[in-house]
Amino acid sequence: MINKIVNSAKEAVAGIFDGATVMISGFGEAGSPVELIHALVDQGAKDLTVVSNNAGSGHVGLAALIENRQVKKILCSFPRTAISVVFPELYRAGEIELELVPQGTLAERIRAGGAGVPAFYSPTTVNTPLAEGKEIREFNGRQYVMEEAIHADFALVKCSAADKYGNLIYNKTARNFGPVMCMAAKTTIVQAKQVVELGSIDPEHVVTPGIFVHRVVEISNPADESKLVAENVKYHGIRQ
Amino acid sequence: MAQKVAMDIYDGAYVNLGIGIPEMVAGFIPEGREVIYHTENGLLGMGHVAEIGGEDPELVNAGKKYVTAIPGAAYFHHADSFAMIRGGHIDICVLGAYQVSEEGDLANWSTGNPNDIPAVGGAMDLVAGVKTIFVITKHTTKTGESKIVKQCTYPLTGKNVVSRIYTNYAIIDVRDKQLYVRELAPGVSFEFLQKHTEATLNQ
Repeated sequence: MINKIVNSAKEAVAGIFDGATVMISGFGEAGSPVELIHALVDQGAKDLTVVSNNAGSGHVGLAALIENRQVKKILCSFPRTAISVVFPELYRAGEIELELVPQGTLAERIRAGGAGVPAFYSPTTVNTPLAEGKEIREFNGRQYVMEEAIHADFALVKCSAADKYGNLIYNKTARNFGPVMCMAAKTTIVQAKQVVELGSIDPEHVVTPGIFVHRVVEISNPADESKLVAENVKYHGIRQ
Repeated sequence: MAQKVAMDIYDGAYVNLGIGIPEMVAGFIPEGREVIYHTENGLLGMGHVAEIGGEDPELVNAGKKYVTAIPGAAYFHHADSFAMIRGGHIDICVLGAYQVSEEGDLANWSTGNPNDIPAVGGAMDLVAGVKTIFVITKHTTKTGESKIVKQCTYPLTGKNVVSRIYTNYAIIDVRDKQLYVRELAPGVSFEFLQKHTEATLNQ
């Protein structure tokens, strides 16, 4: 019997190990699985490599995970936001490693990881410092940079509705990196605002088919992360 | 400047507007032209900025501002969004600049200062993939240095990518790796413009 529903965020993030690569969905606060990230703060896995578009704002969500010194390296396109304080401080102190990846290249490297494509050629970054050290190849008279796929041990993703097979739909621009990250992780962990009966998501409307999803937890009243950031809330985790 | 850019955005265009001054362009599109705005975080058919009280934290633009979607809008994931960009499906992108070179090179993501946190977002994907890149920028920096230069000294976003530059002094086309003045702002002479421009201009 297939049932991917788990009962708590704690159960959902169980088994994330020290040194794991973890993809985290979201574009800024939109689509960021803040309850799953906080459960990972509580769980305490360290030396993580995080793949996410940004590097957190304020002291909640991804910023809390970084502040708790669980992240040794981050791959992202835009690590500073208007209210990012944690990452800049650790970066300047040399305490966190950054691999800066253009946003579209990041998305495509993740997609490639999920699709069984080890590398691809992209026109993005040609003749810029971000292409340094990478293979350049010419196709039809134009230069392209070879980019390698990104794989993860775990993905933490937020969606609006899921069923027990793990079929997902998203909400508006909170979709962003969710679908490609679900594809690229060995274990994909999803927080859904609502868990629905099988068949209640029209198969024509399924965005992420359940094959890409392994654990789903219902978080029916997720925090508005931008509000937490604005109110300068700090998440320090539940000491275990 | 934003108004001048808007005049050059044609009916039926799919357009991506960068963060900051480029966002203002949308407000100046002449009546009767239908333009579809793409925002790279996953929305085609972006509408106005959300009204106070109507903000949806899951409906934002590339600058993470709360926006709205028009009837007929579509949401999609990031890989599809950047396929639209890299795949050459977006007609026009309007971006800001630190520097533009006379060959149309653009620098707009990093000053190269080691104390700054490097961040690139979607800028390099946009210049690599969008058919026409318009740059909108003040002609000179706050300290009076020309932003239109012979060679960019800041790290490049892309090489030979800019089609047209809109500044407070002029509109300048980039053609065959040379700059051609298309229009001068009221009260600006070609001589004045050249004096305040490091790059060589053609009339």
